[in-house]
Amino acid sequence: MQKAINFPLLVQKIMLFIAFSAFINFSYANKSEEKFNVSEMIMHHIKDAHEWHLFGPEHGGTSIYLPIIIIDNGLKTFNSSLFYHGIKKSFKDDSGSEQHYLIGKGEASNYALLHEKIYKLKSGELHIHKGHPLNAKALDFSITKNVLSLFMGAFLILVILFSVARFYKKNGAVAPKGIAKFLEPIIVMVRDDIAKANIDKHKYQKYVPYLLTVFFFIWLNNMLGLIPFLPGGANLTGNISVTLFLAVCTLLVTVFSGNKNYWGHVFWMPGVPVPMKFFMMPIELIGVLTKPFALMIRLFANITAGHIIVLALISIIFINKNMAWGGLSVPMALFISILELLVAFLQAFLFSMLSALFIGAAVEEAHH
Amino acid sequence: MDLVLPDFGLLFWTGLVFCCLLFLLAKFAWKPILTAVNTREQKITEALELAEKTKSEMQSLQAENEKIIKEARAERDSILKEAKEAANRMIEDAKSKSKIEAEKIVEAARLSINNEKAAAMAELKTHVAALSLEIAEKVVRGELASDDKQKALADKLAGDINLN
Repeated sequence: MQKAINFPLLVQKIMLFIAFSAFINFSYANKSEEKFNVSEMIMHHIKDAHEWHLFGPEHGGTSIYLPIIIIDNGLKTFNSSLFYHGIKKSFKDDSGSEQHYLIGKGEASNYALLHEKIYKLKSGELHIHKGHPLNAKALDFSITKNVLSLFMGAFLILVILFSVARFYKKNGAVAPKGIAKFLEPIIVMVRDDIAKANIDKHKYQKYVPYLLTVFFFIWLNNMLGLIPFLPGGANLTGNISVTLFLAVCTLLVTVFSGNKNYWGHVFWMPGVPVPMKFFMMPIELIGVLTKPFALMIRLFANITAGHIIVLALISIIFINKNMAWGGLSVPMALFISILELLVAFLQAFLFSMLSALFIGAAVEEAHH
Repeated sequence: MDLVLPDFGLLFWTGLVFCCLLFLLAKFAWKPILTAVNTREQKITEALELAEKTKSEMQSLQAENEKIIKEARAERDSILKEAKEAANRMIEDAKSKSKIEAEKIVEAARLSINNEKAAAMAELKTHVAALSLEIAEKVVRGELASDDKQKALADKLAGDINLN
């Protein structure tokens, strides 16, 4: 950044904007001559954290320190700044590279933060064995970056959809206007192309609210993740916990909706010889689980991969330590970001579509 | 590795938030929105059906109108034709009647002319007969005025008888 390069002002501004929004650590790295570690930076950004970094260097810049809630002999709450401003300790891992962990101050003095996980301290430090701590983890219910993002996403969905609902409540069944005009085709698409198209037309109505909620939850949070600064930037829908929960929901809906015909196909496949029925049983049972498992992995992998690509492309500038590389990496990152906008919609669509397909298979009546 | 391991805390919060969201949206957003959209769709379908029905009704009405017009036209034509025929017939009747009348008149005229003629002839005949008698009397008187002449006549008459 010290190098003055004659870029068009706009491009420079865009680059600065993108650079400042997430990667301020660059200037810090320059000053301290610390080597820029791409994979560490990317992993740090796609994982959860107990702080929300706003700007400034990664360590010592401006962050929102989020509350920590742990259950360890009762509920304990304190601010995560007690960790981030705590005592920094380091150890060597398997590969010999140096790892850091933070021992908290004050109320947090019995705990340490390593890779954003909270460990209980024994005799004041972590016991590292083969690069991994042997200490027990504390049951962590903290409002982490992802949890805060989750709250904001849910709040946004509520605000947007309540305003749509208010429009219809106020105006009755008229042609939509404003935000309702924008969202109605999407709601109708979920109802018709996702629910009605895959589920029996006498039963689909029951599942429309679930499918709509899943669709908008995933879509909006995917898009929030693409915004590089508050209220976005968290990798919520690219987190396995979130996708796991959503997949389990679909699994439960499928299992509890399953009718005689469905379970008959799972446990006693009609139309095949009896020995084959026994053979098919475990395969079908596994199939019941692999379907939502694939949902979980698909959403997680797609969103995380999108974040990784954008971060990696932006990192080209910081690896080469020359702003001119922005001419290459910024258009590429822009292209991928736009592609990610499509992926955000597509993954929400796919998740609800496949959920509807599984539910549809579970409630399908026998037709021979 | 911990990238693909679920975190219990986040799982808990996701579950809580998602369930609240599902409940709130289902109750306060999806229900009114879907109700409104369904009602509107139904209204539109009904309106379209009504329009279609009205259109077909209009068409049948139009067809009926056309039929009525056609019938009226045909009736008018037939009435006109009849009237023309009647008029023609009347004219013909009048013509033939007048002809007969004229013939009658002519006949009567001829009859009266003939009568007049006959009367005139008869009168003329009596007149001529009287005149002839008068003339014959005068001639006879002249012939018989002298003895010579009476004698000449008697000779002549006797001559005629001799000749015979």
